[in-house]
Amino acid sequence: MNMELSRRGFLKAAGVGVAGTTLGAFGFTELEAAQAAAVRPFKLTNTMETRNTCPYCSVACGIIMYSKGDLRKGETAEIIHIEGDADHPTNRGTLCPKGAALRSFVNAETRLKYPMIRKPGSDKFERVSWDQALDRIARLMKEDRDANFIATNEAGVPINRWTTVGFLAASATTNETAWLTYKVVRSTGIVAFDNQARV
Amino acid sequence: MTNSWTDIRNTDLVVIMGGNAAEAHPCGFKWVTEAKANRGAKLIVVDPRFTRSASVADFYAPIRQGTDIAFLLGVINYCIQNDKIQWDYVKAFTNASYVVREGFAYKDGLFTGYDENKRDYDRSSWEYEIAPDGFAVVDETLQNPRCVWNLLKAHVATYTPEMVERICGTPKDKFLKVAEMIAECSSPTKTMTSMYALGWTQHSKGSQNIRAMAMLQLILGNIGVRGGGMNALRGHSNIQGLTDIGLMSNLIPGYLNIPVEREADFTTYMSSRTFKPLRPNQTSYWQNYRKFFVSFQKSMWGDAATPQNDFAYDYLPKLDVPSYDVLRYFEMMHQGRVTGYFCQGFNPLLAFPNRQKITESLSKLKWLVTMDPLETETSRFWENHGEYNNVDPASIQTEVIQLPSTCFAEDEGALVNSGRWLQWHWAGGSPPGEAKHDTWIMAQIHLRLRALYEKEGGAFPDPILNLTWNYHDRNEPTPEELAKELNGYAVETLYDPADPAKIVLEKGKQVVNFSVLRDDGTTACGCWIYSGCFNEAGNNMARRDNTDPDETGAYPNWSFSWPLNRRILYNRASADLQGNPWDPSRKLIAWDGTKWSGYDVPDIAPNAPPDVVGPFIMNQEGVSRLFARGLMREGPFPVHYEPFEAPIANVVAPNIRGNPVARIFQGDVAQFATSEEFPYAATSYRLTEHFHYWTKHNVVNATLQPEFFVEISEQLAAEKGIAHGSWVRVWSKRGEVKAKAVVTKRIKPLICDGKPVHVVGIPLHWGFTGKARKGWGPNSLTPFVGDANIETPEYKAFLVNIEPTTAPATV
Repeated sequence: MNMELSRRGFLKAAGVGVAGTTLGAFGFTELEAAQAAAVRPFKLTNTMETRNTCPYCSVACGIIMYSKGDLRKGETAEIIHIEGDADHPTNRGTLCPKGAALRSFVNAETRLKYPMIRKPGSDKFERVSWDQALDRIARLMKEDRDANFIATNEAGVPINRWTTVGFLAASATTNETAWLTYKVVRSTGIVAFDNQARV
Repeated sequence: MTNSWTDIRNTDLVVIMGGNAAEAHPCGFKWVTEAKANRGAKLIVVDPRFTRSASVADFYAPIRQGTDIAFLLGVINYCIQNDKIQWDYVKAFTNASYVVREGFAYKDGLFTGYDENKRDYDRSSWEYEIAPDGFAVVDETLQNPRCVWNLLKAHVATYTPEMVERICGTPKDKFLKVAEMIAECSSPTKTMTSMYALGWTQHSKGSQNIRAMAMLQLILGNIGVRGGGMNALRGHSNIQGLTDIGLMSNLIPGYLNIPVEREADFTTYMSSRTFKPLRPNQTSYWQNYRKFFVSFQKSMWGDAATPQNDFAYDYLPKLDVPSYDVLRYFEMMHQGRVTGYFCQGFNPLLAFPNRQKITESLSKLKWLVTMDPLETETSRFWENHGEYNNVDPASIQTEVIQLPSTCFAEDEGALVNSGRWLQWHWAGGSPPGEAKHDTWIMAQIHLRLRALYEKEGGAFPDPILNLTWNYHDRNEPTPEELAKELNGYAVETLYDPADPAKIVLEKGKQVVNFSVLRDDGTTACGCWIYSGCFNEAGNNMARRDNTDPDETGAYPNWSFSWPLNRRILYNRASADLQGNPWDPSRKLIAWDGTKWSGYDVPDIAPNAPPDVVGPFIMNQEGVSRLFARGLMREGPFPVHYEPFEAPIANVVAPNIRGNPVARIFQGDVAQFATSEEFPYAATSYRLTEHFHYWTKHNVVNATLQPEFFVEISEQLAAEKGIAHGSWVRVWSKRGEVKAKAVVTKRIKPLICDGKPVHVVGIPLHWGFTGKARKGWGPNSLTPFVGDANIETPEYKAFLVNIEPTTAPATV
C-alpha cells in the first residue's frame, strides 16, 4: 500500500502538523517518524516556471520549464525539468518522445560553449574570444564584398548583388531573430539567402 | 495550413498522404484521434510504407513513391465520372466556368509552348480569353468546350483506376475504396482534411503534388470550411515564420518579391504588380502591394527611403536568375565561385543531397561560419571520422569559425506553428559558457561591418550605413523591439483621407494592422501579414486565453494567427451565395443582410455582399483556380511525371524523363541512374524518437533509437540473402551507406506496369557527432535535383542497390 498517501490522508484528517511527538502519540514508531520527516520535499518547489514552446516540430506544443534561479532577478538559471503545458490548446499537456526529453537537449554534452576557429589545413578547433571571432568575420566579409560586389550591370542599372558570400538561415529561430537576420543580410546585397523551408 | 491543428477535430475524413503525422507530428495527430472518437471521422492513409499512421487508419492503400499525382488525378476523374462534385461551390467559387484562350492544348505529357533546349515553356497560351471590357470570359453553363471544367475533365480522363494501378502499384480495388470514401465528401455537409508534409514536397514535382490535392479539395467544396483545408504539417518549429519573413533569395517579408534585373526602377517593378481584378467587383487584395512594399522599405531604411529615391528601391539587390537557392549555390560553390558561407542553425552536410558534392563544395570555400547551440557535422566537415567522414583535413583549406548560440530555453520571441499561430515564449535558463543569442550575434556582425565601412568606405556602403537601428541597446536589440518593427508603426502622424482634421494614428504609435498601411512613406512595417501581432493593445502573440466559444476549435484569443488573427483562411467559402453556412453545424461566418460575422475573423470585407464578391480575395478572379494559368512552371494542370530516378518508364509520357522543366545542372546528369543499374526504389523518412540531426545529441533519444538502419521487405531480404539485423551496404550512383537491415512486413513489393518494384526505406537521423552511434543519412545517396517551382530536393524517390556486407570499422 502507499504509506505516504495514507499517512498524508490521516494527518490531514487529524488536522495536525508533522511532528515526531504527535506521530508518536498516534502510535507511530520513531523510525517511521524519522522516515516521514525525511521525505524529500517536492522537487519543483521554489523553482521558476517559464512558458515556452517545443523547439522541434511545427505543432509547437506548449511546455513549462522549471529552473533553479530566476532570470528575471538577474540570477543564473538552470533548467531542471520540462513538461507539457496542460493549458495549451494544441497539446493539452502531452508531449511526444522528443518533447518529453527536451531537458537532455538543453543540457547535452555537445552544447557549444565558446567560439572556435579551425585554421586552413588544421585537424582541430581552437578557442578564441568573441571579439576575435567577430572582428575576423567582419573583415572577411568586407574584403570579399569590396572585391566582388556588383554595383551595376552593363547598362548602368544598379543591381547591387553580392554573389560570392551566402547565408543559410535557421528555421527554429524566432521571428525576431529571423527579422534581424533578414535586415543584416539584405543590407549587404547577399542574394544566396535561404532557409530550411527549402528542404 | 489553411486551418489549424485544433480544427482537425471538426472533420469527417482525414487523408494522410505525403506525410506520417502519427510519427512525425504525434501531439498534433491527437486531433485526428479526437475526430475519430467524437464524431466518427474516418482516416485514410496512402503511403509506400505501412506507417504508424496507417496502423490506426480505417483504410490503408499502398502507393509507389513519386506517383501521387496519378493517384489524385485518378480520384478527381472518379469524382467527375460519378458526379461526386459540390456543384454550387465549384460553379461559384472556382474558375471552372472560365474560358481558356484558343491555342492552349495538352499532348503526350506536354502543354503548348514547350522548348526542350530551355527545359521551359512559353506560357502565353495558358491564359483566359479576355473580353474587350478587360474581364475574363466565363460560361456559367459549363457548355463551352474550352472552359476550364471541360479541359479538366478531358485532362484527367487518362487516369482511370486501371491506369492508377499501373503507375502507382495501388491495387484497383483499394484505389476505388479510397476514391469512394473521398467522393462522399462532395456533400456540403461532409468535409475532408488533407494532412501532408515532406512526403509531397520533396519531389521534383512537389508543388504539383500539392496542387493536385488542392484541386480535389476545391471540387469537393472543402476549402475554407471547418474540418477541411490543405494542411501542410510543416517541419521545424518556425519554418512557417522563416518562410513568412522571406529568408529566401527572392523574397521580401510577407510574400513580396525581390526585383529582377529587368525591373530597373520602381515604376517598372510596380507595372507588373497592379493586380487588376479579372472579374467585376472582385477584391484582388494584392492591389495593396505598393503599400506593403513601401512600408517594408521604410522599416529597413527609415529616413533614407524617400519618395525622391523611390523609397531606396536601388538598395535592394536585383536578381539575374530566379533564385540563388541552396542547390544553385552549392553548384556555384562546387565550381569554386563562392568565397564564404554562413550556416545559422543549419547542417547542410547532412541536409542537402549528394553529400560527396556537398563535402567537395564546402572544401572549396575560403571560409565558413557556423552558429548553432550544438555541434554539427557541417562545422566539422573537415574532420576525419573514418568511413563516416572520410576526408583529409590537411588538404582542406577552409577556415571555419564556429559560434555558440543559445537554444529555445534561453531565448525569447515568437515561433509560428503550422496553423499560422504566432506564439510568444520566454527564456527560463542561462546559456552555457559563452553562448550568445542569435540576435546579439547578428547585431555584432552588422555593427562591426558597419564600423569598417564608416571608417574605410568601400563598395556601395549606403544600405549598410543607413539600415534602421533604433534599438535601446545597439548591441542587442530586444525581441519586443524587433516584434514591434514587424508589426509596423506610424512614421508620421496619419490623418483620415476623408477628414484631414481627424488623426488616425499619432507618429511613433504601432499600427493596429495592415489595413492602415500607406504607400507614401508615412508608415513602416517589416512584414505586413504579421501586422496586428504587436499593436497598441500590446503583444497579442503572448495572449493565453484558451477559451473556445462553442468549441469550434478556433481558440480566437490564444496567441495571434496571421493574417488579422484569422484562424481559417478563405472562411468566406464556408457559406453559400446567400451567405448561409453550407453546413449549419459547422458555421464559421454568416451574412446577416448587412455584414459578415461569426466565430472567425471574416476573410472578406465585412460588408461585401455574398452574391457579388468572391471568397478568394487574393486572386484577381475572386475565385480559386482549378486551372493555374501561367503560375506553375509545369503547366496549368498537374501531369504524372516519374522521379528522375524511377523503376519504370513514364506510362503516360514514355519519352519524358523526370519533370520536363526541373532545372538540372550539367555535372549532375551523369549521376542520374537507370533502373537497370540500380533496381530498387528508395525513400527517406523520419522516426518519432528523433528530430532531424539534433536529438542524436540528446542521451534519451539517442538511447531510444541508437543506430542507423534501413527497412526492406521480407521478399527483398529473401532475394538478396539479407537477414534481419545483419549489415547491408546500400549504394546509389552518388555514394553509399552501411546500415543494419530491418526486415519488415511494413514494406511490401508493389507491381507497377507489370513489374515488381521493391521499396527500400532509409531514415535520416544519424551522423558523426553526438551521443548516438555513428552512421549516415540518406543524403549520401540522393540526387541533386529539385522541384521545378521551388527547388526542394527530391529526397523521397530515388534508386539504389543493396547487398549484405560486414560492419563498418569503428572509429
